[in-house]
Parts: sequence; C-alpha cells; structure tokens
Amino acid sequence: MSIKSYRDAINECLHQEMERDVNVVVFGEDVVGGSGTEGGKEAIGGVFSLTAGLWGKYGDNRVFDTPISESAIVGAAAGAALAGLRPVVEIMFSDFFGLCLDQMYNQAAKFNYMFGGGAKTPMVVRTTTGAGMSAAAQHSQSNYNWVTNIPGMKVLLPSNPYDAKGLLAAAIRGEDPVVFYENKLLYGIKGEVPDDTYVIPLGKGNLTRQGKDATIVAFSRMVHIANAVADRLAADGITCDVIDPRTTSPLDEEMILESVQETGRLIVVDECNPRCGLARDIAGLVASQAFEFLDAPIKLVTPPHTPIPFAPNLEHAYLPNEAKVEAAVREALGGR
Amino acid sequence: MQLNRDQLERAYRQMKTIREFEERLHIEIGLGEIPGFTHLYAGQEACAVGVCEALTNEDYIVSTHRGHGHCIAKGCDVPGMMKEIYGKAGGLCDGKGGSMHIADLNKGMLGANGIVGGGPPLAVGAAIAARNAGNGRVAVAFGGDGSCNQGTVFEAMNMAVVLKAPVIFVFENNGYSEHTGVSYAVGSGDISARSAAFGMPAIKADGSDFFSVYEATCEAVERARNGGGPSSLEFAICRYYGHAEGEPQRYRGKGEVARLRETMDCLTHFRRKVGEAQLLSPERLDEIDVEVLELIESSVQGARTAPLPPAEALFTNVYNAY
Ligand SMILES: Cc1ncc(C[n+]2csc(CCOP(=O)(O)OP(=O)(O)O)c2C)c(N)n1
Ligand SMILES: [Mg+2]
Repeated sequence: MSIKSYRDAINECLHQEMERDVNVVVFGEDVVGGSGTEGGKEAIGGVFSLTAGLWGKYGDNRVFDTPISESAIVGAAAGAALAGLRPVVEIMFSDFFGLCLDQMYNQAAKFNYMFGGGAKTPMVVRTTTGAGMSAAAQHSQSNYNWVTNIPGMKVLLPSNPYDAKGLLAAAIRGEDPVVFYENKLLYGIKGEVPDDTYVIPLGKGNLTRQGKDATIVAFSRMVHIANAVADRLAADGITCDVIDPRTTSPLDEEMILESVQETGRLIVVDECNPRCGLARDIAGLVASQAFEFLDAPIKLVTPPHTPIPFAPNLEHAYLPNEAKVEAAVREALGGR
Repeated sequence: MQLNRDQLERAYRQMKTIREFEERLHIEIGLGEIPGFTHLYAGQEACAVGVCEALTNEDYIVSTHRGHGHCIAKGCDVPGMMKEIYGKAGGLCDGKGGSMHIADLNKGMLGANGIVGGGPPLAVGAAIAARNAGNGRVAVAFGGDGSCNQGTVFEAMNMAVVLKAPVIFVFENNGYSEHTGVSYAVGSGDISARSAAFGMPAIKADGSDFFSVYEATCEAVERARNGGGPSSLEFAICRYYGHAEGEPQRYRGKGEVARLRETMDCLTHFRRKVGEAQLLSPERLDEIDVEVLELIESSVQGARTAPLPPAEALFTNVYNAY
C-alpha cells in the first residue's frame, strides 16, 4: 500500500495489465507521443501522461500512436477485440465521442447480442470527462448518461485512485466493451492504492459516508462534493449516506434502494445535463421502486440544461458545488 | 494578381497584428491571466492573411482550434477577440466561447472549432448555400496536417467534388499534430496527393510567403466562383510555440524554433520582398508596427478591465425560441 495519485494509479494499472497479458495493447493519439519527430518517441506518453513509459517497455506492436481518426481508433479496438486482443484505447476527451459513436453504439456494444452470443469484445475506451478547467463547450462535457443508455456497453466512473486502478483492471480483464471515464480534475488527487493488482467488481457501489437522515448519490468528481457536504452537516447533527455507484452500467440499484429505505430521503448530484441524465435516472429508480419509503420529494443537483460556458464565472455557476448540494439536502430535510 | 499599396499595407498590418496578438497572449498566459486552453498561431500568419486577402467580406471561412489568425485575417474585431479570450463581457461570443470558439457570422467567420475535422463539412454546406443562392460566394475550410486524417475531412472533400461545391480546403502543414510528426501520421506523407485523388486540383505552396499563398488562393477562388468546384491548397509552414500553451515540446529538435524564426519568418520575408520591389518603405512598415502594438496594448487593457459576463448569460442562447 502506498499513496498514489489518480493519474499514477491508472498508469500503474496499465503497466501491470500489459505485463500480465500479452494481448493487452494500448493505442490512440499521442499515447506514445513524438512519433515521426526529431525529439523521438515517448516524448510525452499521452497528453495527460497516463500512458507514460508503456512504449519503452512493451514496444511498437503493443503501444502505438494513431493519426487523428477517432472512428478508426474505436473501430479498430472493437475488431481487434473480436480477434483476440484486449485493446485499451484512449479518446483524449469524451466530447470527441461524436466522431466515433457508431463504433461503440452500433458495433462493439451489440456484437454479442446481435450475433446470438459467443462474441467477446474485451475492449476499454479510456477517456476524460468533466468541467471546471475553462475548457469550454467541446472539451468539458459529461456524456456518460448517453453511453449508459447503450445496452451492451459498461460504463465506469472512478472517483478516487483506489477505484481507478481496481476498476480499470476489471475492465481490461472482462469480456465486454467498457468506457472508462477519467475525470480530468481528479488526476492530481491522492489516496491509498495497493501496489499489487486487484479488481473491483463492476456494479458494486461504494458507501463513502454512513448516516441516517438522507441518502446522497453522486458520480465521479461529485462524490467529493457530496462527502464534504456530509462531513459538514454531520457537525450539525445531520448524517447522510453517500453512495458512489462507481459504475453506471451495471448499476448497484440494491445499494441505493436499501439506503433510501433507511433514510427516506434522496439527493442525487450529477454533472450531466439534467434531461435524460443520471440524476433523473436514479430518481426514476427510487420513485418507481421505493416510493413508499420516501419522506420528502427527491432533490436533484445538476447543471442547467445548457452547453458549458467558457467564462470562469459562468462555468462556476453551471457546476454543482457544495453550497448547492448542502441547500438541497437541507431542503429535503424540511429546512433543517 | 497585382496587389495595390492599400492591399499590401493591409496584409502586412494583419500579419503583424496576428503576430503581436499571439506574442502578447504567450506572455499573458504565462502570467496566469487567461483561462482555458489556448493554441497560438504565431509563425503561420501568411497562410491566414494570404488566403483571406483573396476573399471578400461575404465569403465564408471555417477555422480550427488554432483560430486567432483566421479570425483576424477575416476581419474580426481585435479588442472583441481579446475580451473573448479573457472570458469577459463584450467578447465576440460574450465570453461564452473562448479562444477555441471565436466566431463572427457577420464577417463570414463561421467559427473556430475545438473538434479536429469538425469544420470541413460545415464549409461544404456553406458552399452549397452560396451555390443555390447564386451569390458567387465561396467557402474556405482551414485545417491542419493532422486534420487530413479525419474521416469527416475525406467525406467533405469527396462530397464537394460530387456536388461541385465552391469550397477550398486549406491544409496548413506545420509538421505536427500535437506531439506527432506529419511523416508518421499521414500515410503517404503527401496531403495534396490525397486531395487530388478525390478529383480536385491540389496545389502546394510555401506558407511562409504571403504572395505564394495569395496567388494560389486567388486561382482556387476564381475556379470556385466560376462553377469549377473545389480545390485543395497545402501550405508548408511552422508554428513557433507549443501545440497549446504550457506544453513542453519535447518532440522538437534542438534549436528548431530558433532556426525556423530565422529562416521561415513570414514577416521578414514580406518586408524583404516589398522592400526589394520598392512597394512599401521600411519607414511605413515601422509606422504600422507601432500602430499594431498600440492596438494590442489597448485590447489587453480593455479585456482586463471589462466586466465579467452577467450571471444570466449562462441561460441565454441555448435556443433561438423557447
Ligand atoms: C476530434 C478531435 N480529436 C483530437 C483532438 C485533440 N487535438 C486538438 S488539436 C490536435 C492536433 C491537430 O493537428 P493539426 O490538424 O495538424 O493542427 P495544428 O494543431 O498543427 O494547427 C489534436 C489531436 C481534437 N481537438 N478533436
Ligand atoms: Mg499541424
């Protein structure tokens, strides 16, 4: 066990999984960096340095740069997976899914079902999500809600270094296509991470705070906001369950429903746009399956239904934050 | 295509404005004044200005993530651009777009673009609209060497040929897409050969020479306006700064940028050419330099002191009608 950043936990996982299994390959734009330049290869190891050191250890066949061709990157991953490899590809920003969605949505996710079973597509699309860096409307979006809507696709949203390593290992070793959303604002956060490999089973949520007055379900970076609010409210004698589902597909419905049955109140914090987002999805789950346990209307904290603005003051207003979450919890508790 | 004195002065002024705009941004970004990701165009000025000098105000351009030069060359308001990049009220996009999304539809500038390969299909569409209106306008799709590997660009080029759309695909080949060299990422190494294979004339020219860029563009524009369909222009050029500001540029050769600034500088080339031909005096160019620096200084001051966008701006403009 040692303290590692979210970034280093992911990088370590990639190294260890490549070591374990020769079929694991890594490709994408600039994942080596410096191909075809005077400075030479491995000039960077990914624009966020997540793939650093892989090419030096595993060589050209297993770690390579691609042209800017998102559709071919994801499609090649799907084809390679059908043919026996375990590709881990990088799409620098999930906003670029617009260009490669067909290969996820109509191809990889459906093979096993359409082909009547027997199709293994062990591929992982690593990508980044999240606003908060003034990266504006095309480099900040949260779109895991739409990928969650695709039957056959698994969707992972690690919120801390430990989960990042364990979920990525599970994704790489599984047999289904996975989208692994790294929150770019979390790359620097640190936490305890075992040095050895381990897997976190998909579909198992993490109860990050325990309480009896309300249940807060939060995703990705929002988990940290929910935890901070729960800690602050605890000082006022209000205690909350905070649930980090960790994966939206599969989803740990049981953990959420059981918690709400105990607390009677639900607040969901999500960074997707509100329409057809995760917040309403969780609200729908609870309203349809645990309505009789609810003591108050469900509260949702999401951005407004707008694109993401550039100006920092507007982006700040766009995002959920601790004040908004605290207000929602207090409201659910009838103004306590 | 003989350029008169006014045109030459305008071309120089625009190139110099782009250069000083970017040099100043480089400093301001270093000071932490500017939010977000910024991709500087310094070094490539002759491409934007040479192309746009061959266009009218009514013609269309679509740009890229590295869009400041295209904006200035197409006539976007410089103080308004600066405010936009600072995320302030009164910016060209009211602070909602930022460096990567500057647009001015009244100037035919259909937007910088954060998606590599996002622009060329838009240019084809604008060209179809111009064709149908019979207004003689053309559309230019700016893109980098890296963009030519995107399927959207292939599709746009083929469709433009099929439809004889008055569009010009401009590839600014600065040798790199982020940290990857063009010799690695472009299979044949030859962007123009690809364009030609789609069935359009494809010209290569020196992107550091304003006059070469201008002449090649004039020819393509004339063809497009006369119903001759699309063309492709590939300009060899260099970028002086990193892919985006703050990037360490470990992939570059030793002393590469200094050498490029020494040998490939478009402003130096321009000054030499107009001097040798006695078209513009060095004194006149120096005067322009001073005026440009004043404009940049006042733009920065204006951006610094401009108010933040009002809170309600978050909610406006999602739709035109609610
Ligand atoms: C669809 C998409 N893929 C990847 C990126 C990340 N990206 C931004 S610019 C760039 C390189 C573009 O290279 P080139 O077209 O040569 O333009 P240059 O940066 O040299 O001006 C990349 C990979 C992006 N913005 N959009
Ligand atoms: Mg380039």
